Amino acid sequence: MVRVGVLVFPGSNCERDVQTVLTQYAGIEPELIWHTKIDLGKYDAFVIPGGFTYGDSLRAGAIAAHSPVIEQLKKMAKQNVPILGICNGFQILVESDLLPGALTTNSSLKFVCKRANLVVENNTTPFTSLFKRGEVISIPVAHGQGRYINDIESFRKLKRNKQILFRYIDENINGSMNDVAAVCNEQGNVVGMMPHPERAVALRGRLKVHDSRERLIFESLRASLSDH
Amino acid sequence: MSSITKAEDQYMRKKLRRKPSKFELDVISAEWSEHCSYKSSKKFIRKFPNQSKYVLQGVASDAALLDIGRGYVLAVHIESHNHPSAVEPYGGSATGVGGVIRDILSLGTRPIAILNALRFAPIDHISERQSQKSRWLLRNVTKGIADYGNCIGIPTVGGEMEFDSGFSNYCLVDVAAIGISKRNKIVPNTSNLGDVVLLVGGETGRDGIHGSSFASKELNSEDRSAVQIPDPFTEKLLIEGLLEAVDKGLIKAMKDLGGGGLSCCLSEISVMLSKGLEIDISKIHVKEDGMSPSEIMISESQERMLVVTSQKESKNLLKVLEKYNLRYSIIGSVKGKKNLVIRDRGKVIMNMPSLFICRAPLIDRRSAAPKSRSVKPVPQFGMRPTDIANNILQLLGNPNIAGKEWIYQQFDYDVGIRTTLKPGEADSSVISLENGKFLAIKLDGNSKQCNFDPYQGTLNVLSEVCRNIVSTGGNPVAIFDHLQFGSPERPEIFWAFKQTVQAIIDYCTFMDLPVVGGKVSFYNETSEGPIKHSPVIGAIGLIDRSEWIMQPGVSSDESIFIIGNTKDEMGGSEFYEATGNKENGRIPTVDLNVDRLNSKAVLKLIRGNVVRSLHDCSKGGLAISLCEMAMAGENGLQVYLDRVPNTCSTIYDLIFSESPSRYVVGTDDSDGVHRILSAIDGLKYSEIGTATSKGSDAILYHTKMGGPVTLSHKSMVRSYGRLGTIMEQNSLS
Repeated sequence: MVRVGVLVFPGSNCERDVQTVLTQYAGIEPELIWHTKIDLGKYDAFVIPGGFTYGDSLRAGAIAAHSPVIEQLKKMAKQNVPILGICNGFQILVESDLLPGALTTNSSLKFVCKRANLVVENNTTPFTSLFKRGEVISIPVAHGQGRYINDIESFRKLKRNKQILFRYIDENINGSMNDVAAVCNEQGNVVGMMPHPERAVALRGRLKVHDSRERLIFESLRASLSDH
Repeated sequence: MSSITKAEDQYMRKKLRRKPSKFELDVISAEWSEHCSYKSSKKFIRKFPNQSKYVLQGVASDAALLDIGRGYVLAVHIESHNHPSAVEPYGGSATGVGGVIRDILSLGTRPIAILNALRFAPIDHISERQSQKSRWLLRNVTKGIADYGNCIGIPTVGGEMEFDSGFSNYCLVDVAAIGISKRNKIVPNTSNLGDVVLLVGGETGRDGIHGSSFASKELNSEDRSAVQIPDPFTEKLLIEGLLEAVDKGLIKAMKDLGGGGLSCCLSEISVMLSKGLEIDISKIHVKEDGMSPSEIMISESQERMLVVTSQKESKNLLKVLEKYNLRYSIIGSVKGKKNLVIRDRGKVIMNMPSLFICRAPLIDRRSAAPKSRSVKPVPQFGMRPTDIANNILQLLGNPNIAGKEWIYQQFDYDVGIRTTLKPGEADSSVISLENGKFLAIKLDGNSKQCNFDPYQGTLNVLSEVCRNIVSTGGNPVAIFDHLQFGSPERPEIFWAFKQTVQAIIDYCTFMDLPVVGGKVSFYNETSEGPIKHSPVIGAIGLIDRSEWIMQPGVSSDESIFIIGNTKDEMGGSEFYEATGNKENGRIPTVDLNVDRLNSKAVLKLIRGNVVRSLHDCSKGGLAISLCEMAMAGENGLQVYLDRVPNTCSTIYDLIFSESPSRYVVGTDDSDGVHRILSAIDGLKYSEIGTATSKGSDAILYHTKMGGPVTLSHKSMVRSYGRLGTIMEQNSLS
């Protein structure tokens, strides 16, 4: 049986959304893990959801990055366990050095909530394996600090190793270097993305259904976990 | 500092039969402020209808709960922070969000959506200094609401704005919130002798002292000590911690601390529980040492909740609070005698019947209708098609009408994955509910029309807000309100308040709508005088099926119908205001029978599955409605204005009049629409045109115009984006 853990910190906001979507659309029933629980051994994959952990004090994700549960998560990461950080989750992963680079204030200096068009650059991670390279998907963003930056040398390395997963097209929402919206680590098991894939999934109502291909982020996870 | 009047002082001495101490005076002062006691307004707002099959019976709380089916209940609250926001817009508006969220939390419901209604002086077109100030206020109010709401993870799903010179050097910031819970999980609000009383959340400090009495007098200077400081992270912990405690049955009663701080909270909860409270204020966790007992009692430090639990469950409650690192202090217990007893380090410094503190003597205010205004002659406007087109485009770019994207894109409107119709997408916000239904919710106001005639103006606002619910497919089930005026000590202001109340009573009684929540805010004045009468009305509607959710974008080849009659009713209209004709015209009047007939007709069309797009007519009239439908659908349209049912004297009246009770319907089954509407006795409707192809122009025809009025998609979108352009161009001010 596949066990996926969704980390919950003081200030996390999107854990229930992620849980709902994984349950309804990927056939996975994840468990919410309160941050003080530090025995992560029994889980096959992790999601760090969006929110404002610790009120974004100091820098977004900075405080959560130093919590004991993240220290344990680093051990899991070394064992190639798939880990997805969404929005604040991505910020926590870069602050804890599980992912390269940094996320800083949007170039507009304002929080932005809108749909973003993304192009898929890499389809080899556990969260992107079912996509086609070059396909365009549409996922809502909602953040004030989503501008991805890195030094030139590290950036060259990222590109060489194909660690850039999604890039903004049509409009660079936040001024990220090279329009980067999602990256992974060298190993390819830890992924961080600013857009919220759980929100791209079908709205509970009529209207244009924006879900279709975006669900593959979660279905890719299930596929890669059942390969074990 | 006490704001007790001479009459209140005499009443107090008579009832108490002694002179109150300074401490007692400070406590009573806070609760007897207009803001907390409603001493001028209570007598009138008591008469609002508040019963319906949707209103939950037998609930002990400040506001009604709605039974929305399948075991779920809904709570709604609205609050404003006008005075603080005018001085410190960021903190004032942020704490406004905090306050209304805690109101929702008090009932044990989970807050699921926030809306706002904002009023400022114009951000353009008046003196540069004034516009700059308005832009500064708008910028910071938006950021205040955004930062707070986004941090606590509750979506801001909708809003409404009005710009009017009547708000110079001021602003109205209304925030509304809804919460949901299972019926059997709400806080029972009963209590027994010996129950434990705790203060949970932020520390008590000197911020916000005299906030409620500040709100009960005119704004004369920049009194910064009375502005409260926001901490949304603590609020988030309060939400999660207290809801977990409620879910575990650990909370017997709960109340948030808002205006008047502990003074109001303790006395009010004591009355609600019909029990006494004995509190020792030296036990309270404080921000700074050396605070006097008065300061502690009237402080309006934010993010604090009063919680009552049984002795038996108190350990379990503390475990939950500690899990979330929430600070708390055990400050007292529930007693049998219905007094509020306050101790300081064990010594009694106050001992008074709670009912006495809560029931400020009501004040009979004088009211007098203003002299009737003379109706000025109607102006002439350019009749060439290009003149008319330019006037439409200018109106589209008027900040009262233009797109509000610049504002709502700063709000996270998606968190919670319920938001089905997002801000700017349709006439009201629509969110999905746990019981499979959908909720439509909207706020509306129109200070221009309410100032012309508070009775008719308020009827118009009620008609408009309900129309906005129907336009997304909702069946209106409840109303809530925030009535905002200048000083009630001015007879013509108090007269306007009474007229507004009567309009709400009349409309809601006729439409069978209960008023489930609301507030009254007086003393909205600056050195320039009172604000225009600003009742803000909220409506809630239910949509049973997702197929019935409607939005305004027309698709190619749809046939366009209008329901409702258009008359010469340009008074208070956006067009007349924009063209310098503030004193001209008659304001629209609502015919209650027609209003109900037209709304029911639209709902019938929706149930008959013949509606593909839907929009109401309101600010800016029919011309604006049609442009908005074209832009939303990214399609052109051709409309034959001669076919619009009307009694108008000129083209301008026809296209810009804000006659109520009108809807524009797009359909791909015009036979079906005719069949359903023709069977409705007395309904005025007509087929007026068609939608054309993607990206095409919007074209209006009328035999009295020299030629067609043509509006390109590009020019409409450019005008409609003007509010964003103004704010971006002036980003440093």
